[in-house]
Amino acid sequence: MSLTELTIADAAAGLRARKFSAVELVRAHTDAIAALNPRLNAYITTTSDAALTAAAHADETLAKGEARPLTGIPLGIKDLFCTNGVRTTAASNILKNFVPPYESTVTANLLRDGAVFVGKTNLDEFAMGSANITSAFGPVENPWKRNGDDAALVPGGSSGGSAAAVAAGLAMGATGTDTGGSIRQPAAYCGIVGLKPTYGRCSRFGTIAYASSLDQAGPMARSVRDCAIMLQSMAGFDARDSTSVNCDVPDYSAAIGRSLKGLKVGIPAEYRAEGLSAEIEAAWQQGIAWLKAAGCEIVDVSLPHTKYGLATYYIVAPAECSSNLARYDGLRFGERVEGPTLDAMYEATRRAGFGPEVRRRIMMGTYVLSAGYYDAYYLKAQKVRSLIRRDFTESFQKVDVLLTPTAPTPAFAQGEKTDDPVQMYLNDIFTVPASMAGMPAMSVPVGLGATGLPLGLQLIGRPFDEETLLAAGSALESAAGFTHRPAIRAEGAK
Amino acid sequence: MSLDPATVRRIARLARIGIDESDLPALQGELNGILGWVEQLNEVDVEGVTPMVGTGHAALRTRDDVVTDGNCRDAVLSNAPDAVGPFYTVPKVVE
Repeated sequence: MSLTELTIADAAAGLRARKFSAVELVRAHTDAIAALNPRLNAYITTTSDAALTAAAHADETLAKGEARPLTGIPLGIKDLFCTNGVRTTAASNILKNFVPPYESTVTANLLRDGAVFVGKTNLDEFAMGSANITSAFGPVENPWKRNGDDAALVPGGSSGGSAAAVAAGLAMGATGTDTGGSIRQPAAYCGIVGLKPTYGRCSRFGTIAYASSLDQAGPMARSVRDCAIMLQSMAGFDARDSTSVNCDVPDYSAAIGRSLKGLKVGIPAEYRAEGLSAEIEAAWQQGIAWLKAAGCEIVDVSLPHTKYGLATYYIVAPAECSSNLARYDGLRFGERVEGPTLDAMYEATRRAGFGPEVRRRIMMGTYVLSAGYYDAYYLKAQKVRSLIRRDFTESFQKVDVLLTPTAPTPAFAQGEKTDDPVQMYLNDIFTVPASMAGMPAMSVPVGLGATGLPLGLQLIGRPFDEETLLAAGSALESAAGFTHRPAIRAEGAK
Repeated sequence: MSLDPATVRRIARLARIGIDESDLPALQGELNGILGWVEQLNEVDVEGVTPMVGTGHAALRTRDDVVTDGNCRDAVLSNAPDAVGPFYTVPKVVE
């Protein structure tokens, strides 16, 4: 099997057994990036030379028998994580020359465990988008194709570059961040596994902020086990993030393949929403049948405020974004456009530096926080958010995990759904509620739809119970036997 | 609630985002589209509901009042778009 087709778990075993070297493994990926990135645009910045140097060190570590869990494993890093000395853009013109002088906690944890970074993956500008079409560095192409149709499809967003890179074999795994679905929805569109941990599980220190009460880092990989391996490294308490939670990090891999006998799986009626495609409804029913066959008890539940999740999100997230992005003032870092006065300089800098979607969200947030409108919009949204969380809390008194679709449709083509911002926002209808409540959730690929595109199902768990997600996710993965690969991939590419 | 062009201009001003007059119609339409859509929250009865601030998993904590960082002036200034010596520069704000 080609080195770019291996899982992280198999590659780690292969490195220890000296079947191949870290340099060979990393070079297979940097070669694949050189061949395919000009088309897919999954990476904004590639770091192939540094990666090969790191791989040589990894081989020395392996030779000494001192390998760490991720020693020699090539990973992509979403270009929202600050990486010391490596340009970090958030896919925005305003940060196009920003070189952080420090390392984010999540990437520092991965480096501590031996990971090799092959580049910084593309995303929607400041992680604001669902199709990876708002990047200042151009859109990402989904490596999957509809049957008999070469149209370029979107990879989802905002972690679209990470999803496309992992699906196409340009990385063995990648970091993502998820604010309203930005790990799970692109994972579903690209046929990979993506896990958004509980809010507070992974440190936000050094991750460029979008909406701080929602942003959470997580792993994206080609298997549930690989996500467990990456999360093991990424998770943990960090004093530098005031919302980091100080609780033990369990052995996530131990949850893979755990018996599901007696596990109560909730099926929320409200996710049978308008716009849910028939093929995804069918995949959902299949998923229910598989979990039943694995010994789960299926329970109908109701999350009555589900339909208000998106509208709540599009008040809370822009409000936090308008506050977070106030720091881009052209003074301390980022691009500056000169003006005759301080205010003129701010206005010219922010007009030139931010793209249309980011400007729109900053303005929405500014409005909902402004005097006279705060109570009508922001305070109201915070109250509805309480009700959304209460729905989940009450459900989790009856069931252990929820099973839903990840997105209402498979990947769509570049250029579709772009006229109306609200239509684009509807892609996140099933992922946003768990984000609003801070619950952990994971998307697992379970099959192909009528047009040959991957379909994902979402598992939502109790706070800090990522293990149940991994256990149930691995059961879905085994039952589905999803071995399909995208049309564009490293294996065989020249 | 519908935004008129003057309100859109005022929001842009508050957000310190420069806009051209030619941007206004499209921006007004998009913002009104989003605001019209979030009006659906008026259907929800929130009487007596406590607003959710954060996810509540972490309790606020204190730390020892000691220096944990510092002596990195050059690193801090390294991304300044216009630094002069150890200083950031700003446009003149007082005549």
